[in-house]
Amino acid sequence: MSRFKSRSDFILVGLLRVCAVISALLVSSIIFFLWSETRPVLQTVPLQSFFKNGFWSPSEGQYSLAPMIAASLLTTLIAIGIAGPIGVFAAIFSHLFARGLIRNIYRICIGVLAGIPSVVFGFWGLIQLVPLVNRWHPPGASLLTGSLVLAIMIVPTVALLTEASFASVPRSTLHGAYALGMSRLGLFRSAIFPYCRSGVVTAVLLAAGRAIGETMAMVMVCGNIVQFPDSLFDPVRTLPANIALEMAYATGLHRSALFWSGLLLILIVTGLIVVSQIIPRKLSHENHTIEAKPPL
Amino acid sequence: MRETHSPKIQEHMMISISRLILLVAISTSTAVIAREASKNKLVITGSSTIAPLALELGKRYEKQHPGVRVDIQTGGSTRGITDARQGFSDIGMVSRSLYPEEKDLVSYTIASDGIAMIVHKTNPITSLSREQIISIYSGKIRVWQELGGKAGAITVVNKAEGRSTLELFLHYLKLKNTDIKAQIIIGDNEQGIKTIMGNPQAIGYVSIGTAEYHESQGTPIKLIPLNGLIASVDNVKKGAYPLSRSLNFVTKGQAENLAKDFIAFARSEANADLIKEQYFVPIQVKE
Amino acid sequence: MKTIRSRQSLLFDAATLVAPLIILCASLALLFPVFVHGITPLSWDFLFSEPLKSGRAGGIGSILFSNALILLVCMLVSMPISLGAAIYLSEFSPKQNYFGRIIRLSLDVLSGTPSIVFGLFGNVLFCRVMGLGFSIASGGLTLACMVLPLMIRSGEEGLRMVSHDFRRGAAALGFSAKSTVFSILIPCAAPSLIAGFVVSLGRALAETAALIFTSGYVDRMPESIFDSGRSLSVHIFDLSMNVPGGDTNAYASTLTLVLLIFIINTVATLIVRHWQIGRNLHG
Repeated sequence: MSRFKSRSDFILVGLLRVCAVISALLVSSIIFFLWSETRPVLQTVPLQSFFKNGFWSPSEGQYSLAPMIAASLLTTLIAIGIAGPIGVFAAIFSHLFARGLIRNIYRICIGVLAGIPSVVFGFWGLIQLVPLVNRWHPPGASLLTGSLVLAIMIVPTVALLTEASFASVPRSTLHGAYALGMSRLGLFRSAIFPYCRSGVVTAVLLAAGRAIGETMAMVMVCGNIVQFPDSLFDPVRTLPANIALEMAYATGLHRSALFWSGLLLILIVTGLIVVSQIIPRKLSHENHTIEAKPPL
Repeated sequence: MRETHSPKIQEHMMISISRLILLVAISTSTAVIAREASKNKLVITGSSTIAPLALELGKRYEKQHPGVRVDIQTGGSTRGITDARQGFSDIGMVSRSLYPEEKDLVSYTIASDGIAMIVHKTNPITSLSREQIISIYSGKIRVWQELGGKAGAITVVNKAEGRSTLELFLHYLKLKNTDIKAQIIIGDNEQGIKTIMGNPQAIGYVSIGTAEYHESQGTPIKLIPLNGLIASVDNVKKGAYPLSRSLNFVTKGQAENLAKDFIAFARSEANADLIKEQYFVPIQVKE
Repeated sequence: MKTIRSRQSLLFDAATLVAPLIILCASLALLFPVFVHGITPLSWDFLFSEPLKSGRAGGIGSILFSNALILLVCMLVSMPISLGAAIYLSEFSPKQNYFGRIIRLSLDVLSGTPSIVFGLFGNVLFCRVMGLGFSIASGGLTLACMVLPLMIRSGEEGLRMVSHDFRRGAAALGFSAKSTVFSILIPCAAPSLIAGFVVSLGRALAETAALIFTSGYVDRMPESIFDSGRSLSVHIFDLSMNVPGGDTNAYASTLTLVLLIFIINTVATLIVRHWQIGRNLHG
C-alpha cells in the first residue's frame, strides 16, 4: 500500500473499507438469515406447490403463494400505471412552469406526501376510501382500493426522482429551445425527454420497488382474501400483508413459510433493481448515437 | 482557513467514536445486569385480545411491587402457548379454552368474553340462526334478500388465520377455514368495526365488549341476536350465550413465585375494575 | 397537421396542470381529517403524560421517549458506518472498480428491501440470535440497517459534489489521506451529510412494519435500551386497530407524528437550500 503516505492513512482507509464491507454484507446476511428460517418449509413442502394455484391454509398444510404473488404484482402495476404519469407530469410542472408561491406549495405537498407514514395512509384508506369504493361496488376493500392508496404513496417518489433527472438537461439546450419559441410539449419532447429518459425509467422502477414492499397500508385496505382477482373490485392479499397479518400468530412451518415469502420479496426487488440498472444503460447508449453528449 | 478546522473535526470524530465504544460497553454491562435482574421480570406473551388488559394489570402490579417489571408482547393465542411451552415467556395469554393436546399447560381463567355477530346499523335483519350463519359464511346465501333483508350482496367479513376468535367461531359452526367464502379478512377487532361501519352490506364478528362499547358510542353498527339470544356482556356473564370463551393465563406446570402472585393479582376482586374497563366479564374466583 | 399538434400540445398542458392538482387534493384529503380530529386532543399534557387505559386516555409521553431512544440507537449505529462507507465509495473506490460495483449493487438492493423484511431479519438476528429480545436496542439496530443505504447514498453524492480543485490542492500541499478526509472533504460536504442524516431520521420515524417484530408492544416508560418500547407509529396502529375507543388519541398521535416528520423534512430542505446558495456563490 505504497500510495498511502503514512500508517494512519493505511488504517483509515482500512476502517473505511470495513464500513463499506459491513454495509454490503448486510444484504447477504439478511438473505442468509431468511434462508435459514425458510429451510424447514422448503424441506417438507415441494417447491412447485408454492407457485401452483391452490389454497393458503397453513393449519391444513396448504401453502400456495401464487395468488399473493399475483396480487402484489397487480397492485404494483396498477399503482405504477396511475402514479407514473401523474408523477412525471407533476415533475414537468414543477420544473418548467411553477414559480414562487405555487412551486413552494407544490414542494410542501410532495414533501408531506413523501413523509406520511404508511399507517396513516392505511388508516385513511380504511375510513375514507374503502366506504367510498364500496358505495360504487362492494365490498370496497379491493385490488382497486389498494392500488389507489399505493399510487398516492409512490407519486412523490416518481415525481422527485424524475425532477432530479431533469437537472441533467444542459442549460444551453433549454435556452435554445426557449429561444425557438417552442410549445411546452415541443420543449419537453425535444429538449428534455432525450436526456432524462433513463432517469424516468429508474424513477418508475424504484417506485415499483417501494410499492411492492408496502405492508401496513395494504393490510388495512386490500381485503386480505387470498385469491386471484377476477375484477378490480375483488379483494386480494399481497405478500407483505400476509407476513404482517400472520407472522405474530405463526409457529413452525407456517412461520417458516412466511420467511419464505419475505425471501421471495427480496428476490423480486433485486430483479427490479438489476433491470433498473440495465435499462438506463441501454437507453443512454441510444442517446449517444442520437446526439453527442453535452460538454460538462 | 480550512486547515484550522481539522483538529476540531478530528476531535469530533474522536468524541463520536468514543461515544460509540461507551455505548457498546454500557450495552454489554446492562445486558449482564438485565440477566441478573430477570428474576424480577415477568414476560407475558400471546393473545392480542388480552394484551391491552394485561398491560394495564402489569402497570398496576408494577406500581404496587417496586422493582418488578412486567413485559407484555402480543402475538395471538397460538404464540402464547408456544412461548409458554418453550420457556420464552413466564405466562402465555390464550383467549380460548385449552385443547386436549395442550393439557401439558396449566390454565388460569381471568375473564370471559363473547363473540357477537355484527352488521351495519341500517341493516333491517333482526336475528340470525346458527344455520343461517353457516349458509352465509360458506357462501350458500350470497344476498340479503334471501334472509329478508334489503336487496344487495352480502359482504362476509372473516378473521385472519391464527386468531382464536376465528377458531372459536369455526368450532361453533363446525366449519373448516377453507370452507369459508369471505370477501374481507381482518386482523384485529377494531378493523372489523371500521370495516362494518363503512359497509352497509357487511356482516362480521367481533368481541362482544368491543361491539357494545361502539354501539353505546353511536358507531353505526348493530349486534345481532344469535338463535334468539341477545349478544350482551350480561348473557355472557350468565353463561347463556353460546359463542363465548374464557380468557386465560397459561403456565408451564403450576405457576410459581412471581407468576403465581401476578395471576392471583389478576383474578382478585380488587382489580376487576381493570377487566371491566376493557369490556370483558370478570370471573368470580373462590378464594 | 397543425390542429393535431396544437391539440396534443393542449392536452400536454392540461396534464401538467392536472397532475399537481391531484397531488394537492390527495395531500389535503389525507391531512384534513387528521387535523380536524387530531387538533382538539393535542396538548402539551397529551405529549408528556403516560398513556392510560391502553392508550384510550392519557398521552403519549412514554411512547415519544421510547421512540426517541429507538432513533438514538439507530443514528448512533448507522451514522459512523454510513459516513465511513460513503467516504470509501466516493474517494477510494473508482466507479468501474469491481469491488465498488458489488458494494453499490448490494446497497441498491438494500434500499429496495421492503421494511417488513427488515422486521423479519431483525426479529431473527437481534431478538433471537443476539438475545436482545423485544427491545429498543433491537428496534434501533433494525432501523439502522434500514436507513444505511439512504445515508450512504446521500453522503456519497454530497462528497462527490465537493470540487476536485480542493482535492488537487490538498494533494499539491502534500496532505495525507487522513487530513484530506477530515479537514477538507467532511467539512465541505457537511451540509449534505447532515441533510442525509435528517432525511433518514424522518424515514426511521415513519416506520411501522420493521418495529412491530423488533421493539415490541410495551407502552410504559423504558428504563434501559433493553426494555421493550412502543414507537409512535406502532401506537397509532394499535390504537386504531385493536383498542375500542382509541380513535381520538390515534388521530392526535397521527397529527404529532405528521408534524414531527414535517419539521424534520423542512429542516433537511433548509440545510440543502442554504448549502446550494453557498455553493453557487463559491462557483
